[in-house]
Amino acid sequence: MKELSLNILDVSQNSISAGATALDITVTSSGDGILTITVADNGCGMSPEFLARCTDPFTTTRSTRKVGLGLPLLRLAAEQAGGNLDINSQLGKGTVVTARFREDHIDCPPLGDLAGTISILIQGAPDTLEIVYTHRTPAGMFRLDTRELRKILGRDIPLSSPEVSAWIRDYLAEGEQITMMSTPKTDEKD
Amino acid sequence: MKSLEELRAIREKMQKQLNLREKNEDSIRVVVGMATCGIAAGAKPVLEAFLDEVEKRNLSNVVVSQTGCIGVCQLEPIAEVYVPGEEKTTYVRLTADKVPRIVTEHLVNHRIVTEFTIGAAK
Repeated sequence: MKELSLNILDVSQNSISAGATALDITVTSSGDGILTITVADNGCGMSPEFLARCTDPFTTTRSTRKVGLGLPLLRLAAEQAGGNLDINSQLGKGTVVTARFREDHIDCPPLGDLAGTISILIQGAPDTLEIVYTHRTPAGMFRLDTRELRKILGRDIPLSSPEVSAWIRDYLAEGEQITMMSTPKTDEKD
Repeated sequence: MKSLEELRAIREKMQKQLNLREKNEDSIRVVVGMATCGIAAGAKPVLEAFLDEVEKRNLSNVVVSQTGCIGVCQLEPIAEVYVPGEEKTTYVRLTADKVPRIVTEHLVNHRIVTEFTIGAAK
């Protein structure tokens, strides 16, 4: 994975596979040099035995092959950048994956295309899944909640329809600009 | 700036078209593999390219969706095309550059781009 946004996409796909109906993605750059990425879901969760092995590349829930590389790759990326990976999970309740990175570390990967990643997640998500995305930096904060979008669109217009999908992509791209402004500001877009 | 007002306008427009699109069982489905193997190999720009092309050409009979690992990780990025009444076509080792051709030739003109299919892959 060349960008952390791709790790976010990958871990979030696990949440979708786990049958989550709520997915909370938070990216926080706190200003003290630590970048924290949290992906929290209310999916099927993991047993303590599976949780203990889930960052082993030879552990997977899949039966078609014997490797699962998503979490091991994220752990590797975090540890190479002077950070770590925490996973909390409870069977039947959900999973919280937290990855921390030292932003000034030479091996800290770029965040990449967060707007594209989140819009793809929303486009591909089942209608039963609600996604909350929050990006906080010292410059500002941007938040998108699919429940708010569905409230406007109603249940008959899916978030995956091309027109809506294009709007979400542009909205996210503009929102991301808020988190990159040089002047500190706390606006929340709309 | 994009606003929620604009989203409301999209809803109004789409509700008018909804009856025309409803229950279109003749839809062509494009399914892109988005597991770790696909994402690491570049499936995201491929999926974005399909979404862009379908939107640009206003192909209301095409649905682009995502799935997990298709099972041939070494050939990712992979997209499967399902045309009603026809056998599934599997395109492999895709790049965003290849997508407009698949959309034009296969999704619009119903000619499979054989050279990008799994059958042509070594």
